[in-house]
Amino acid sequence: MSEEEQEMITKVEAPVYLKYNFTAGSAPTRFLAQIKNGVLAGQRCPKCLAVYIPTRGSCGRCGVPTVEEVELSDKATVQSFTIVSIPIPNNPIEPPFIIANVVPDGANVSFIHLMSECVNEDVHIGQRVQAVWKPEDEWGYSMDNIRYFKPLDEPDVPIELIGKLTVTGEEG
Amino acid sequence: MKEIAILGYQQSDSRSDAGAVNEVEMIMPVLERTFAQVGINNAQDVDFVCSGSCDYLQGAAFAFVAGVDALGAVPPIKESHVEMDAAWALHESMLKIRMGHADSALIYGFGKSSPGELPIVLSQQLDPYYLAPLWVDTISLAAMQARMMLDQGLITERDMAEVVSRSRRNAMNNPHAQLSGDVSVDDVLAQDTYVSPLRKGDCCPVSDGASAVVIATVEKAKEWGVPYALISGISHAIETHNMGMRDITDSVSTRIAAERAGMNAGKVDVAQLYAPFSHQEIILTRALGLGDETSINPSGGVLAGNLMMASGLSNIGEVFNRIVSGEAERGIAHATSGPCLQHNLVTVLETAEKA
Repeated sequence: MSEEEQEMITKVEAPVYLKYNFTAGSAPTRFLAQIKNGVLAGQRCPKCLAVYIPTRGSCGRCGVPTVEEVELSDKATVQSFTIVSIPIPNNPIEPPFIIANVVPDGANVSFIHLMSECVNEDVHIGQRVQAVWKPEDEWGYSMDNIRYFKPLDEPDVPIELIGKLTVTGEEG
Repeated sequence: MKEIAILGYQQSDSRSDAGAVNEVEMIMPVLERTFAQVGINNAQDVDFVCSGSCDYLQGAAFAFVAGVDALGAVPPIKESHVEMDAAWALHESMLKIRMGHADSALIYGFGKSSPGELPIVLSQQLDPYYLAPLWVDTISLAAMQARMMLDQGLITERDMAEVVSRSRRNAMNNPHAQLSGDVSVDDVLAQDTYVSPLRKGDCCPVSDGASAVVIATVEKAKEWGVPYALISGISHAIETHNMGMRDITDSVSTRIAAERAGMNAGKVDVAQLYAPFSHQEIILTRALGLGDETSINPSGGVLAGNLMMASGLSNIGEVFNRIVSGEAERGIAHATSGPCLQHNLVTVLETAEKA
């Protein structure tokens, strides 16, 4: 068979399946154990005193272990957000919906969660929000123990103070 | 050309299962000890950082980025990574220093191999068209290599068992070893066959852990005032991925790398060889022409604990330890990558006393 007569091979199928016993890490394990109790637990850097949530075990800025555990408020401030208008495959949530970076009071970094019970067009940076939890008997080792964050009737936080509030919501 | 020295080396214990700790939690204690050894605070005090790891090991995409959280990387640092053993990260760091872009570097490697089935995971480093789809695992490939050597009369099973026995005994002096003990050659030979002709003892264990090294110009080493050894040469060479096209009873690339690194310019008191299987230590010893005057794998080598992506760097550190302690004047450290010793790196270290 000459080269011209040969079928061009454009694809070789070689699916890869590998199984792993994944572990979250010591610090994330402590975080997940606490969220099962309905507590948002951060960890404080012994050097720069920044409080991280969820915890990974180290302060990325200083490169030291974050050992001290800090209980945070479930009140938070919107640091950034977006309105999702397209359906995401396998996502049960109907668009439009809001995902936001929220900083819980007492922490210095944000995490991503959903916002609801709000007028999407009115959501803004600096807005005060609070966690809406699932019923306690549904709590597991998961961030979705919190259904979403809803707006609070509190004054906005100035941009320069976002991520700097104490656990009681006051300026740090 | 600026002379480069190695100033510090630390390794974690080699453990069969590090448990719940994640990458950054595995690396941090090792870096902390390394920083203390050379008298620096964190990665801010070196000019360059390079790491070696492989995301396939723990099955987490971008797992290597988590390692940066152990460094103290604010304000931003100059940082790089190789998806290889960190011995190659040391090679990159040496180039960085030789080009005049840095005077000091921190190198670290880490591997958490326990979450996956390591021999199967490593099958995916084979060529993607002919071998990877067959899922040929590393142990089977090494077993074929050993079979070829036995059938050609190049080695006996007793020769292999002698390597294992020496590794276990040497490892009794290595506090970080995973497998050690007063194991005789006959004890090894009494073991059942695992993957014929290999016994379990002929194969390195699956291990979790990390190691780190600090290198610097000799001027910088003197400024820091810590003991150091000179890195007088480093080179690596690779052979074809097609196993049928190379002589797997020899390691041509190791020999070439050693020649280029200048191994033959002096005696070799100590050699740390990365041989994940007992017969491969014999291949490497012969390829390098090492004789009785050379102490081979005094740490026990990777048969005593195989930190994927870190043990090649650890070999450099183990030779460094023996030079600064005065136990040896000159030595070589070997690192390998790929199946059946495909890709090999040789580093030559010398005492700073004579210089």
